[in-house]
Amino acid sequence: MTYQEKKSIVSIVSAVIIFVSFSFWMYPQYPIGGMLEDQFLHFWGRFVLLLTLVSIIAHIIISIIFNIIFSVTTKEKQPSFEDELDKLIALKANRNSFFIFILGFLSSMTALVISQPLQVMFIILIISGFLADVTGSVTKFYHYRKGV
Amino acid sequence: MGKHLVGNHIRRLRFNHNEMTQQQLADKAGVTRQTIVALEKGNYSPSLELAFRIAHAFDLPLEEVFFYEKDN
Repeated sequence: MTYQEKKSIVSIVSAVIIFVSFSFWMYPQYPIGGMLEDQFLHFWGRFVLLLTLVSIIAHIIISIIFNIIFSVTTKEKQPSFEDELDKLIALKANRNSFFIFILGFLSSMTALVISQPLQVMFIILIISGFLADVTGSVTKFYHYRKGV
Repeated sequence: MGKHLVGNHIRRLRFNHNEMTQQQLADKAGVTRQTIVALEKGNYSPSLELAFRIAHAFDLPLEEVFFYEKDN
C-alpha cells in the first residue's frame, strides 16, 4: 500500500474518531427542554465553531504523527509535492465531497420548510459536513487504489 | 474504472534500464512513485507532457514507451 492510500485511510479513521468523540463530549452540554431558543442557537454555533477548530488541530497532529510513523516503519520518504495524478484525484474528491454537502444543505433547508425543529437543520448540516469529509477521503482512497 | 486506451511498456523499460526503480523513474519524470505504480498497472493515462517526460527519462521516442489500444 502506498503513502497516499495509507494517508487516505488515516484521514477516514481520524475523521470518524474526531467527530464521534467530539459529539459525545458536547452531548451533555445540550440545553435541556424549555430553554430559550437563543440558548439552542448559542449551543449549535459553539458546536460548529469548536468542531471546526478541533478538527483542524487534530488533523494536523494526526498527520504529523502519521508521517513520522510512515518514515520510521517504511524507511521511505513521503512525497513533498503534488503531481498531476494527485491533483486530478483531489479534484474528484472535492467534487464528491461538495456534492454530499450540497445534498445535506438542501435537506436541512427542506427540514425548515416542513416545520421541523431548528436543531434538526443543524444536525443535518453538521452530519452532512462530516459525511462530505469522509466522502472526500473515501474517493481519494478509491482512485489511488483503482485508478482514474 | 473505464478501459484505458493508452498502454505503456514502462515496467519492461525499467527492467532494461539497469533495473531502474519506480522511485528513480518518478524522480526523473518529476512525479510521485504512486503515479508510476498507477501507470504500470494501467490505471492511469498520463498527460501528454508527462508521457514525454517519461519517454525522455528512458531516452526513447514517445511511441516506444506508450501505445494506443483501439477499443473493440
